[in-house]
Amino acid sequence: MTDIFVDGTLYGTVKDGKKFIEKIVSARREGKLTKNTNVAFSEKEDIVFVQFDKNRLRRPLIIVRDGKSLLTQKHIDDIDSGKLSWANLIETGIIEELDALEEESVLIAMDEDKLTKKHTHLEVDPLVIFGMNTTMIPFANHDPSTRLLRGQKNQMQGTSLYTTNYLNRLDTNVNVLHYTQKPIVKSYTQDLFGDHITGGQNVVIAILNYDGYNMSDGIVFNRASVDRGLCRVSHFRPYSTERLRYSAGQTDRIMIPDKEVQGYTLEEDYKYLDSDGLVNPETSVAGGEVLVGKTSPPRFLSKLESFSTAANIRKDTSTRVKFGENGIVSKVILTESQNGNQLVNVEVRETRPIAIGDKVSSRHGQKGVVGYLANPEDMPFSSSGTVPDVIFSPFGMRRMTVSHLIESLGAKVGALNGRYVDGTPFSGEKTEDIRKELEEAGFRENGTETLYDGRTGKEYEAKIFVGNIYYLRLKHQVADKIQSRARGRVALLTRQPTAGKAMEGGLRFGDMEKDTLIAHGASLLLKERFDSDIDSVYIGEKTGDLAEYNPVSDKFESVLEPQENVSRVRIAYGFKLLLEQLKSMGIRPYVKLKSKFKEVQ
Amino acid sequence: MAERKWIKQDLPKGMKFKNDKLAKTRYPEMQVDPGEAVGVISAQSLGEPGTQLTMRSFHFVGAELSVTLGLPRIIEILDARKIPSTPTMHIYLKSPHNKSKIKSDQIAQRLKQTVLKDIAKEFVMDLAKGEVNVLLNKEEMVRRSVDIDAVYNQLKKTLKTFEVIKKTSSLSILEKEKDIKKLYKLKEKLKDTFVSGVNGIDDVMAYKSGNEFIIQTFGSNLRSVLNIPEVDFTRTKTNNFYEIEDALGIEAARKAIVEETMEILDKEGMLVDRRHISLMADIMTRDGTIKGVTRHGITKEKESVLARAAFEVPITHLIEASVKGEVDNLTSVVENVMINQPVPIGTGLPELFIKMGKELKKK
Repeated sequence: MTDIFVDGTLYGTVKDGKKFIEKIVSARREGKLTKNTNVAFSEKEDIVFVQFDKNRLRRPLIIVRDGKSLLTQKHIDDIDSGKLSWANLIETGIIEELDALEEESVLIAMDEDKLTKKHTHLEVDPLVIFGMNTTMIPFANHDPSTRLLRGQKNQMQGTSLYTTNYLNRLDTNVNVLHYTQKPIVKSYTQDLFGDHITGGQNVVIAILNYDGYNMSDGIVFNRASVDRGLCRVSHFRPYSTERLRYSAGQTDRIMIPDKEVQGYTLEEDYKYLDSDGLVNPETSVAGGEVLVGKTSPPRFLSKLESFSTAANIRKDTSTRVKFGENGIVSKVILTESQNGNQLVNVEVRETRPIAIGDKVSSRHGQKGVVGYLANPEDMPFSSSGTVPDVIFSPFGMRRMTVSHLIESLGAKVGALNGRYVDGTPFSGEKTEDIRKELEEAGFRENGTETLYDGRTGKEYEAKIFVGNIYYLRLKHQVADKIQSRARGRVALLTRQPTAGKAMEGGLRFGDMEKDTLIAHGASLLLKERFDSDIDSVYIGEKTGDLAEYNPVSDKFESVLEPQENVSRVRIAYGFKLLLEQLKSMGIRPYVKLKSKFKEVQ
Repeated sequence: MAERKWIKQDLPKGMKFKNDKLAKTRYPEMQVDPGEAVGVISAQSLGEPGTQLTMRSFHFVGAELSVTLGLPRIIEILDARKIPSTPTMHIYLKSPHNKSKIKSDQIAQRLKQTVLKDIAKEFVMDLAKGEVNVLLNKEEMVRRSVDIDAVYNQLKKTLKTFEVIKKTSSLSILEKEKDIKKLYKLKEKLKDTFVSGVNGIDDVMAYKSGNEFIIQTFGSNLRSVLNIPEVDFTRTKTNNFYEIEDALGIEAARKAIVEETMEILDKEGMLVDRRHISLMADIMTRDGTIKGVTRHGITKEKESVLARAAFEVPITHLIEASVKGEVDNLTSVVENVMINQPVPIGTGLPELFIKMGKELKKK
């Protein structure tokens, strides 16, 4: 007896589960049952699952009968001439869609010529085992799966010409690649999805060591190539500010703020403001400088204050360029917000040539960080005078990304013969053909060339692999991330340094770093490292309470017992805060004091 | 390092070193300095290889026996889980039994637990009568040497709330309410009902190691296995420390923790000094019960309120401390980091004493 579960609930039992399934499948193919039906038989648990419900992930497969695909050449011709469509194929029971459970019980052939009598289904194309991004990795069938995953991820992070109307848009923090190129080696799906989907450039790479500058995923770029615009991006950042209206008819004012205004910084910061309080387009600005001068009326005034002179002091709420960034104002837009307030949008553009620390990647998960921009005369060169744009470390090949090499070979052939090379996974051009063509073009068939060291002029003992490859500049750039400080802002509440780049924060000496000092027994160094918020605190010797400052007697006095002795202790302000916060929780902490100097009799 | 005096009395009576001279120089060298942060060093020595284990354990997928190894197992040991994810035993046999495959197999089969679905042909739900009929497989019952009476008695013992009816080659279990969902639940429950063997041992396998046969099991029940006369109780082991503690005592459990952790690290090719792990095991077992390195285990035992609050769920600890009126003497590390005082470890350990001379006092 086999239990039948329909959409996850027990429905009844049948004698023979297998026969039942056959019945349902044939009924579905004949159209007696809805095409959404999927069945699966778990022999171990003796349960049949029938699924009709929504939101199941299903994928199409060609049905195979007696070792022969139901999809014939006639169907394909009809599709080409427009007589048949995908929907027709599903309707007539040539292609069916299976969900994850039913897929377990079928045998799927990858290729038509591999079909046997045992097979029940045929893959539409072996390519469909990959996702959309992964199919765009050329020769992906030669790679380990982990690298494909990374390669696919890197493509998503690549900068490109993400939209053609980027000049008319205000997108937050976007990069536009200059001189986006089509890849020489591309898969069939690249044409399907469109060339705009990835952005990169075809570069010449040599696989060799360049001193230590390209060790462990470091990458050496040719400075001449960078100067000519290789991997150059424009970075756009919009700033926006609204002229708010407050109660009692008060409003923000967009203007050059007066010096009396609260929060006014250096006069230098306001120098680019025109008389209307806005910067002009094409002004070069740096971090901290004002883009839109704005003052706000004072808020939260008590009744008494509103009659005093303080009422007229306004606050500076100007929009400033983000700390650590600079660029050129590309547009200033005056418009109206949804609430009907005046809205100012300013976009700052910065041209960023590739710099040391920027992240680049090929499409095979071979990412790296630029370690050095080598002068062109120091780069290796071949007898024909070719100088590579990029030097890639041979140790990167330990990740077994064979497709990386095949793409290099293919692109080299494509560049020499002026054609695009088909790198579709499983069905792309054969490596043997590419090698043959390369040999015919007068190169060594394995892609290696004799190179000379640019610094010494001597020939390298080994033959160096040189090829072309499609390189992506990823969106992670040093300019967005570099930060350091020695001293600076602290948080108001804890008196500890602020965190994060946006707040000019310090680098945290964290828990694990603390443990290393403990392990070394460096007790006093540890204390010194954590004294950023050290403070003197006065504590009553008897009550153990924090003492308060009494301006009348100009002394620190315990609140409960003003007469008692008060001692000064140096502790972290954070701890004093903890004691006070405990009090607010209803827990009363006492501090017991002990003299640091013990007397021995 | 300053030379320490070699104290001969430290050695247990009657013990002698093979190389007396070397021992005399090496032993004091190997001693830990006062104020050394042994705990933190142990934690780091175990933690650093742990970061690599995560990546390496990937390669052990599809091993011959699916016993949890690598980092997941180490986490299990440190957390002191009550039941390991793959409980397993290595059962050694006494001399005549461990020499032949047949004999060891026989014992192994006796250990294996039989559940109802092993000896049942089919489970049939009868909705009209509101019962589940279990059709028994006679061949399988003979092979496992159980008869229908034994099954009947065992079922009666375990299924107290249900009525069990014995028939010639089947059993019927009555469910009072004629509800299909309840009937189905009962059927699923019956499948895994224990019938005979050693409770908890799901599968057995005898294999040859050296010149003797050893039984490996999936599922563990040390106490029952040790009671079997053919079993060599001096060598039999399990990876469930709580069972070891229950059967053999805390010292055995401590030793087992050290041995198993070392074994896993060795398998992964990690060189971690045994003393780090033995320190960890000492802390885990020091009060006579096994305590994990978690907030419910050894962290709860910490003396300092602030140190406990710093680890996890601070509010609970602070409120509890305030109810009890606990005093924190600030004798450990974390508290002193918190208030920015030198920690009593390493260079922060020695304290200066001033001896007031007679001359000074007179003044």
